[in-house]
Amino acid sequence: MATKRVVLVTGVSRDLGARFARSLATDKDVEVVGLDVIPPRHDLGAADFVRADIRNPVIAKVIAARGVDTVVHLAMVATPDSAGGRSSMKEINVIGTMQLLAACQRAESFRKLVVQSSISVYGASPRDPVKFTEDMSARAQPRTGFGKDSLEIESYVRGLARRRPDVVVTTLRLANLMGAGVDSHVTRYLSLPVVPRVMGFDARLQFLHPSDAVDALLLVTRRDVQGTFNVAATDVVTLSQALRKMGRPTVGVPKAAAPLVATLIRQAHLVDFSADQIDALTYGRGMDTSRFTSQTGFVPRFTSLAALQEFVGISELGLLSPERVDSALEAAARVLRTAAARDG
Amino acid sequence: MGEAEIIDFGSRGQASRGRRRSGRIPESQGTPTPGDEAPGFESEEVPQTPALGALFSELARLASRSLQSLRSVPVTQLSDLAADPLHTLASLAQTLGVDWEDSLDETVTFIRKRLRGDYAIDEFGFDPEFTTKIFLPLLRRLADSWFRVEVRGAENLPADGSALLVSNHAGTLPIDGMILHTVVYDEIGRHVRMLGADLIFKTPYSHDLARKTGSTLACQEDAERLLASNQLVAVFPEGFKGLGKPYADRYKLQRFGRGGFVSAALRAQVPIIPTAIVGSEEIFPLIARAPGLARLLGLPYFPITPLFPWLGPVGMIPLPSKWIIQFGEAIPTDELGSGAADDPMIVFNITDQVRETIQQTLYALLMQRRSAFF
Repeated sequence: MATKRVVLVTGVSRDLGARFARSLATDKDVEVVGLDVIPPRHDLGAADFVRADIRNPVIAKVIAARGVDTVVHLAMVATPDSAGGRSSMKEINVIGTMQLLAACQRAESFRKLVVQSSISVYGASPRDPVKFTEDMSARAQPRTGFGKDSLEIESYVRGLARRRPDVVVTTLRLANLMGAGVDSHVTRYLSLPVVPRVMGFDARLQFLHPSDAVDALLLVTRRDVQGTFNVAATDVVTLSQALRKMGRPTVGVPKAAAPLVATLIRQAHLVDFSADQIDALTYGRGMDTSRFTSQTGFVPRFTSLAALQEFVGISELGLLSPERVDSALEAAARVLRTAAARDG
Repeated sequence: MGEAEIIDFGSRGQASRGRRRSGRIPESQGTPTPGDEAPGFESEEVPQTPALGALFSELARLASRSLQSLRSVPVTQLSDLAADPLHTLASLAQTLGVDWEDSLDETVTFIRKRLRGDYAIDEFGFDPEFTTKIFLPLLRRLADSWFRVEVRGAENLPADGSALLVSNHAGTLPIDGMILHTVVYDEIGRHVRMLGADLIFKTPYSHDLARKTGSTLACQEDAERLLASNQLVAVFPEGFKGLGKPYADRYKLQRFGRGGFVSAALRAQVPIIPTAIVGSEEIFPLIARAPGLARLLGLPYFPITPLFPWLGPVGMIPLPSKWIIQFGEAIPTDELGSGAADDPMIVFNITDQVRETIQQTLYALLMQRRSAFF
């Protein structure tokens, strides 16, 4: 029997990790080991589950015992509350990655690393180009929150790539996930009954459907594609469009008051924001995905708009749902028609 | 280089001191009447444009003309309008030949689409539907009735393919950019994609409007992305230096940045079309820039015109100057080869060539314009 590939997937108790592990495990030649600190809520299919903390050196033993050759690191936390606070979030993201990479570096069997990074590394500012390519760096370096964590994670990953040149290292910068069943700060924000938004700005949002994210991760796990890549749908939608499709009324908030409002919303446990995500919802940002497409031939099946539509389809529509808008418009039109009729 | 000794009247030092205009040299006094400016000027010399005092006496004449035409307003219809606004509106529409029912249906469909978010935008946030159906019709009124824009050299605008329009920039607020967008769209049916300063994208509402109407940040990456996707791109290399220059320096081109626009055009090998806009200088004659106040507000300058901020919102109405927009012959860049963008000498030469062309065209147009307002 040819030696089976052994793939360690971190962060499998979350949606993306579980979907990825399940899809990868359908391949008979691959043994999938799923890792997380809490048991998975989703079915992992043929994948094994190992309960371990990546922040703990015991992870090295798992890698050695299973003879892991490929590590797919998906255990990143984007918002503080889901991790139990900002310091805990930072520990999972940064210290967790450091420990995991330290364990990988010493493992003999280790040949390949795939890391999930994020569009957050580009920050968001009014001085941004309309689409970032992989070679550009943030115009306004993210100094807090998930953006900063992602930058640090990437720098540790680069460090490992330097020290172990024999390892194939792939970093995928994923756009915000959007689609049915996605639970993120963006989807929760769009689902607020009345949505506060920064006045006078209409952010461009670029999404990625989870199934496309899984496909992209599978592709780079199965094939060797060295480097850092942006992964997203090519089109953008604006925040206004998203809110109108959701039928949500909005309240304008001056830019200076936005952090305060975001804090209030966080404290009410409505939406969990990390500080840098407000800028992204103000100025918007986009990624150029042509490098990934030209190197791997990967084309996302969902556009940003289609992904959003899918999410809207399963969401409860707000106060300004299309039916209400239509009936209000009809009423107004009727009044105006009678005005014309009196003319005769 | 003729621009060193240009402005021959309205000393700059005085402008910021206040509104004293006594120490003016005589040639700028009388209102220029048709025909009295064209002769006597060599083509090298700077044509005369009205100084502030003359500008306002002309404006007064314009106002009295419009007041006369106001006398013919039908008073009875106005009282009808107050009594039953909807009915009057409907009958007015009928007399104007508008089908009330049809346009009503159309409007309802349009509003429904907008409120549902069913419209397409491109990666820059450009919303063609909003631009052609709301933004441009409003500006068209401004361009046709208020500024009475006269377009020359429209045949130099390409019907397809990329090109870079390079224009002078003036008028305190970037109204010249919007008017340029309107006239180009009306001439050849293509949208001009503007490149704007980061202040535009930092400021609320201005960010929103700019992105919706197809503008993007003036940076190398975005310029190249637009030029690579067959777009007509416009750039104002003077930036705030041109927009916020005092009225005394009108029609005197400022420094053209660092030639970034030329290297973008060279890299994409697209032609450069020098564009001269006459009329934008007079819409908000800037007499002072209040640098202290500007710093406080985080603006490049705080405009003080004879009407603003003294008259509040009324002072924000642009003066109805007469505009002429001339599109020059395209300067080809494709024969220079792709390496030319990295040769600073070529870039500087083309920058100078474009700048000189625009400056000379401005002077030529000013000589032909009868007055700032008629």
